[in-house]
Amino acid sequence: MLGKSTLGAAALTTLFGQDRSRAESKGAIEKLPLPQKVKRVIWLTMAGGPSHLELFDPKPKLAELHGQPMPESYTAGQQLAQLQGQKLMCLGPLFPFQKTGTQGTEISTLLPHIGSIIDDICLVRSMTTDAINHDPAHMFMNTGSQIAGRPSMGAWVNYGLGSIAENLPGFVVLVSTGKGRSPQPIAARQWSSGFLPGRFQGVQLRSQGEAVLYLNNPPGVEASQQALDIAAIEKLNREHAMRVQDPEIETRIAQYELAFEMQTSIPNLMDASDETEETLDLYGCLPGDGSFASNCLLARRLAQRGVRFIQLYHRDWDHHSLLKEELPLRAKEVDQPSAALIKDLKRLGLLEETLVVWSGEFGRTPMSQANKGTVGRDHHNKSMSMWMAGGGIRPGMVYGSTDELGYAACEKICTVHDLHATMLAQLGIQHDAFTYKFQGLDFKLTGVEGARVIDEILS
Amino acid sequence: MTLRPLLVFSLACCLLCLIASFASAQSIEFNRDIRPLLSENCFYCHGPDAEHRQADLRLDLRDQAVSAGAFQPGNAAESKLIDRIFSADPQLVMPPGDSNKKLSETQKKLLKDWIDQGGQYQTHWSYQRPKRPDSLAKASLDPSSSIDALVDELITSKGLTRSKRADPRSLIRRVYYDLIGLPPSPEQVAAFEADSSVKAYQELVESLLANPHFGERMAVDWLDVVRFADTIGYHSDNPRNIWPYRDYVIASFNSGKPFDRFTLEQIAGDLLPDSDQEALIGSAFNRLILSTEEGGAQPKDYEARMLADRVRAIGTVWLGQTTACAQCHDHKYDPITLKDFYSLGAFFADIQEPIVGAREEGLAIMEPSDSERLSQLDAAINEASQHLKELELKESDTSDSQAAKDRLEKARKQREAFTKSLPKCLVTKATVNKRTVRLLPRGNWMDESGPVIKPALPEYLVPSNSEKASGQQSNPVELTRLDLARWLVSPENPLTARVTMNRLWKHFFAMGLSKVLDDLGTQGEMPVNPKLLDYLACEFIDSGWDYKHMIRSIVLSRTYQQSCETDPANIALDPLNRLTARQSPFRMDAEFIRDYALQYAGLLSTKIGGPSAKPYQPEGYWDSLNFPTRSYTPDKGPNQYRRGLYTWWQRTFLHPSLLAFDAPSREECCAERTRSNIPQQALVLLNDPTYVEAAKTLASRALESKSTSVNERLDWMFAQVLQRKASPTEQEELLRLLDKQHGYYKQHSESATKLTQNGTFQSSEPLDPIEHSAWIHLARVLLNLHETITRN
Repeated sequence: MLGKSTLGAAALTTLFGQDRSRAESKGAIEKLPLPQKVKRVIWLTMAGGPSHLELFDPKPKLAELHGQPMPESYTAGQQLAQLQGQKLMCLGPLFPFQKTGTQGTEISTLLPHIGSIIDDICLVRSMTTDAINHDPAHMFMNTGSQIAGRPSMGAWVNYGLGSIAENLPGFVVLVSTGKGRSPQPIAARQWSSGFLPGRFQGVQLRSQGEAVLYLNNPPGVEASQQALDIAAIEKLNREHAMRVQDPEIETRIAQYELAFEMQTSIPNLMDASDETEETLDLYGCLPGDGSFASNCLLARRLAQRGVRFIQLYHRDWDHHSLLKEELPLRAKEVDQPSAALIKDLKRLGLLEETLVVWSGEFGRTPMSQANKGTVGRDHHNKSMSMWMAGGGIRPGMVYGSTDELGYAACEKICTVHDLHATMLAQLGIQHDAFTYKFQGLDFKLTGVEGARVIDEILS
Repeated sequence: MTLRPLLVFSLACCLLCLIASFASAQSIEFNRDIRPLLSENCFYCHGPDAEHRQADLRLDLRDQAVSAGAFQPGNAAESKLIDRIFSADPQLVMPPGDSNKKLSETQKKLLKDWIDQGGQYQTHWSYQRPKRPDSLAKASLDPSSSIDALVDELITSKGLTRSKRADPRSLIRRVYYDLIGLPPSPEQVAAFEADSSVKAYQELVESLLANPHFGERMAVDWLDVVRFADTIGYHSDNPRNIWPYRDYVIASFNSGKPFDRFTLEQIAGDLLPDSDQEALIGSAFNRLILSTEEGGAQPKDYEARMLADRVRAIGTVWLGQTTACAQCHDHKYDPITLKDFYSLGAFFADIQEPIVGAREEGLAIMEPSDSERLSQLDAAINEASQHLKELELKESDTSDSQAAKDRLEKARKQREAFTKSLPKCLVTKATVNKRTVRLLPRGNWMDESGPVIKPALPEYLVPSNSEKASGQQSNPVELTRLDLARWLVSPENPLTARVTMNRLWKHFFAMGLSKVLDDLGTQGEMPVNPKLLDYLACEFIDSGWDYKHMIRSIVLSRTYQQSCETDPANIALDPLNRLTARQSPFRMDAEFIRDYALQYAGLLSTKIGGPSAKPYQPEGYWDSLNFPTRSYTPDKGPNQYRRGLYTWWQRTFLHPSLLAFDAPSREECCAERTRSNIPQQALVLLNDPTYVEAAKTLASRALESKSTSVNERLDWMFAQVLQRKASPTEQEELLRLLDKQHGYYKQHSESATKLTQNGTFQSSEPLDPIEHSAWIHLARVLLNLHETITRN
């Protein structure tokens, strides 16, 4: 792998210059070590930590123990967040589950649409994570480390594979608007390129204001006038290039062309007026409203345009309280669009070349939290549920399980590093051979502790 | 006859082989040739980390490698190491396949030859004390000439030839950028073009070193590496009071504060015998870490994070060592142990601070006049309270007493209002109730089984002193932060001066002498010119850690003054310009791109220091922040036009135009910014209101200037931005653009009105919007040129 440290500004151009005329570029991995099953990832991030116990992981035993003290055998000496030092009581699932799909997989009645695609997805009930607070947990989920400054997965993937999108960034981030009650903050660090070159960073597409920061011409400058300026800039830069030895000039010229093209390609992307009524109904969205539903539709449009890594954030899943009142609202916001995305990709023949991941940053405790108003659940890192769908993923599968109270993953435990290794494998990348030299060290997305590709869920 | 050519050929071959083997026999040097191979391919499993070590074999220590039978010095044929690396058996070959490491044939041969030659080891280059190169011993050269001599020695041996001195315009632009981060005016360039003699250049350098903007320029690198920011970093990323530290850094560079003092103040300003307000503000360094206010955050967890954050900082800022690895295990490449990590962390266990939750307000920072005012206010309180007491003793009537009470109350309120108005800064305050630091197995803060750890210097760097270092003498005195700081800048520490000088070299030549600026350990790079780095380090220490002296020495060298242009043969020999037989062009850093545009526009505020500023920022950029939600109000008036380094540094959402040009979020120490070339940069320069307003104002200046003809105006504007005359082609192109834009706005006067209303700055006299608009486009083009944002 090539490291930043091995390259000067000039060398970067020499290496990548020829590919920079468009956003399309080759990746750092010359020959993929594994068969590439998918070309891209769409990651639906439910920020705040959705409760697996109400959504994906039915626990009748927990219902039985509702209101009784949590058996100490589970919790003694364990890491807790806001419940640290509190009396620990069991909280039975607040919403019923129902059997779905050909296998009769039980998931929440709050998620009927996801239930309707259960035969297309692989549900993992045995995820764990290291972190127990939002910010570090997001960092860990995105970068494989709880230390800031590491590249997030979208940046890694674009670095490794390059971009196949014309005139669009290879890593796009969409955050639902609509703030719910008071959602957890999301830092731009979550889509940072860390120590990788800046061009691999995630670019946020916004539904309000400019779609991309500084995309719009200043007031009083029409596209035609902008074009004249850019042409003059190019002309003068070329003139300059004849006088000096600076290979960066060629790159600079290409970046201006690309910027100008983005000024057209992004509005085209955002303008969903070419979508049919039926498609809009499928997602249940009003394009441009910034909702999760609109962003799911946008994710599909981005996928069609070859964007490598698309990450959606939907916030306000942090139900320390008001679990009963708020969870159904969040579920409703994401249920139909999440399912619609799978159905839509499938009918367009794109699902088999796309990996869709649906996850939070951690799960929630089987114990109730009552010190913040009406009942809720605390952060929890020993168990959470997530699902994946798309190319190479075994559809209709349930993988792993938690103990009978849903406290800890106990069978076929899947760590965040395992998840990353598995996702990379789908993209054709061998996780432990995918490194970047920084500070003299071979950094890996999957860290130094080792990770396992979860072959059992791969078809 | 027919045999002769063959014979000659064979002879020549033999001769070549002889020369080759002679050369290799002569030239194998462990630190340069062998250690990097062993480190990259072997140390991961056969290095310092005992826990991960395979086959009980460690190759980083010669004695152990030999006694474990890895190789027989002088006998490669009988050495297992050689057997294994040459093995064709996938089960046996080293490094093993699943390590994803591979030795090339040349590298294998090199290892073989090295063993045959005796397999000698050397102490890692950066762990040996730097020494002045012998070659300089005889000649009594001034520092600049010494630098040149050491560069010459190397480039001559590599067959490179020096570039000529840069043309005066390039040179003055370069030295302005490098020393104050501002452009020279066209007049200053013209003056230097008229006299660019050695003396004139020296005078120029001296004036820039004395320029108050010098401190601002040098501060940027330092603020990156210590990760200075206005916010706490985690979760809510709330503000904290810390900007006086930034001004302290600027002032320290300006006043020529010795780097050793600078170090002591930052790490232990509160413990210095002569501690004063300045030293205390310096000690804000210890508070630059990330902190959290997140509900449910566990103090023990964050205690561990904060400790680790500080150890990483000491490692990056002063030692150039990647200590982070040793938070969970002994370092796999360098001899940094798990214990070293926590021993370093223990130095900071005395810092009084909240672990979870809002930071305190901090120290009230006072100018001398403020102290005076405060004494007056205190005196007023004293007087009023004295008066009240007297009245109470006299049992005066209630109305008098009430009046006196009111007076006292008023005096107190005045004092309170005054102290409230003073700037505050988080500083370091030591507490006797130190936190207990335990060694955390696998870095796990929930595991309390590890031993309690006392402050100690890294044993691998203080071997002779390890008893004292670990505080296990018969009469143990616990080491303090001051001891740590003193050691960091003591001649016994081989790293600090090298680390600092390597970064300084990068400031002036685009790349460090050792290219990995944050790792001078075994996985870093042996400097391309080790003698030069050693020389710089020694000169730095011997000069009394005089930063300005070192800068002066570098910029006055011929090496620095070279042109970036060279002949193709030199480029072929040294494409990345590691050996500095020429200068390197590079894109300016984020902050200065802003400064230059505002300066050309005549908008830039030259005020130094003060609270961080809020330039225009896209609406909604902070939408994802919460606890509390935040809105962004751009500053008005001169504060809108502050230099880039004063920009409000919101760690989780850094100002997007700085971010686009690779300014780091400063969540972690950053010794080297990436330097990317991406379309967002074009979008910023074209569309960010800051740059639109700069273009607008530059255009109005052109229209208001004394020049009357279009050509004169064009020349004027071109000279402002590029400090040269436009070539005929450039002039033609720009005039054509002017004409086209003018024609357009003549047809679209509404657009002209809109364009000229961008930004908040209003020109002194009303201008014709149509003409103004056309010139704005011209200004925009100039501000967007590669040449405009490139230092060469």
